[in-house]
Amino acid sequence: MDKNREKIVIIDYGSGNLRSAQKALARAAKNLDNRPEIIVSSRAEIIFAADRIVLPGVGAFADCKKGLLAISNIEQILTERVVRGGVPFLGICVGMQLMADYGKEKGKHAGLGWIRGIVKKIKAEHKGLKIPHMGWNTLNITKFGNDKISKSENIINNKSDFSPHPLLNNIKLGEDGLHAYFVHSYHFVVNERKNIIASTDYGGEIAAMIGKNNMVGVQFHPEKSQILGLNLLENFLRWRP
Amino acid sequence: MALKTRIIPCLDVKDARVVKGVNFVNLVDAGDPVEAAIAYDKAGADELCFLDISASFEGRDTIFDVVSKTAEHCFMPLTVGGGVRSLKDIRKLLLCGADKVAINSAAVKNRDFINRAADKFGNQCIVVSVDARKIKENKWEIYTHGGRNKTGIDALEFAIDMVKRGAGELLVTSMDRDGTKLGFDIELTKTIADAVNVPVIASGGVGKLEHLVEGVKKGHANAVLAASIFHFGIFSIAQAKKYMRDNGINMRLDY
Repeated sequence: MDKNREKIVIIDYGSGNLRSAQKALARAAKNLDNRPEIIVSSRAEIIFAADRIVLPGVGAFADCKKGLLAISNIEQILTERVVRGGVPFLGICVGMQLMADYGKEKGKHAGLGWIRGIVKKIKAEHKGLKIPHMGWNTLNITKFGNDKISKSENIINNKSDFSPHPLLNNIKLGEDGLHAYFVHSYHFVVNERKNIIASTDYGGEIAAMIGKNNMVGVQFHPEKSQILGLNLLENFLRWRP
Repeated sequence: MALKTRIIPCLDVKDARVVKGVNFVNLVDAGDPVEAAIAYDKAGADELCFLDISASFEGRDTIFDVVSKTAEHCFMPLTVGGGVRSLKDIRKLLLCGADKVAINSAAVKNRDFINRAADKFGNQCIVVSVDARKIKENKWEIYTHGGRNKTGIDALEFAIDMVKRGAGELLVTSMDRDGTKLGFDIELTKTIADAVNVPVIASGGVGKLEHLVEGVKKGHANAVLAASIFHFGIFSIAQAKKYMRDNGINMRLDY
């Protein structure tokens, strides 16, 4: 491995569409001067040495957690590198949901507990909406990092007075903005609104992007979201939190 | 509601070649499914569907290569159907870059397969193909093997049961309308869409843009699938989307 190139590690724990994530990151990396290596791995020492970590996830919360824990010392490694070490982290779909305290899909299961909140079933059927929330939806940016405002004030309509999270740089947001591809039946209900970076609407507000410090989670699939997704992944590769 | 209605072009693939052909300008090889996929990706398709109709076992293996190559170039959701019979088949397709698999015959033969598949890979990745023919007023029967084999199974009962077992989406195809250009079987689509709480894709019979609108407005479908009107360049994806939007349907116009 080339020491001068950043190593982006996609954690392989038997879940998800690793190839799509890898290909999309490789495409996004093409625009960088110093192109990073995109590595898919389940080996503890490789994950430990990563410059950036991506945790994908498709399937049920408990299955993903179980798969993740099958990697030796993974919780300690992630705590050491991401929570304490400040390594930029991106969780995708269930990979994002695993950042919660716990998930309530097929029983109650503990998550990583990085961002306060619970993963619950989407309630939209009373509005005649289908579950899963499947397809393309727009993102509303919120006043990230500010928990002193109410939900209604939280959605930004006038973008001029606010700059969004660095991962949303150069991405047109809002009702008339670009779309992200979602496919999920459960969603992350965060305790503190300051952790919501962007939301979407499906029978109510759904956390589309959450984060704090060096960690971000997206409920949608950037690897399947064409322009929006590739821009977001490029922003992640450039991000210096 | 901000969630958009999806347009899904469907490519019939046999031994790694698009069978009906794709009549796009600028395609060097219209029979290459990867080139067709790239063209649809650029055109703003919301998802893409590959239907593997290879007759032979060897032919089936080539779909993995097609899916891999497509995943390399296209960053939109991909559903692959045709000949999916085991959990191993599903895993292999997902590892190649498919996001969802469409299951037909295997679900009819052994309904429990859907429970196992959904448990293992999540409901969101299991699409059940409901291929049905009308037998009398408000009654449809399930067919398998590309509409050749009748099963005696009631389509509505089957659809509801599949969702109960874990199907995350239903691809409802009218075998009466498929290839006719007469429009979707609206009654069939609506009957199933209203009876289940998962998204329904209407399929079979699109010949005009009005048909797409009808599928959503009258058939209550969440997505519409079409093949020949797009493949032969009769309408572009952009024209279809604009037409649907002008008729009051929320569409994604990002490209």
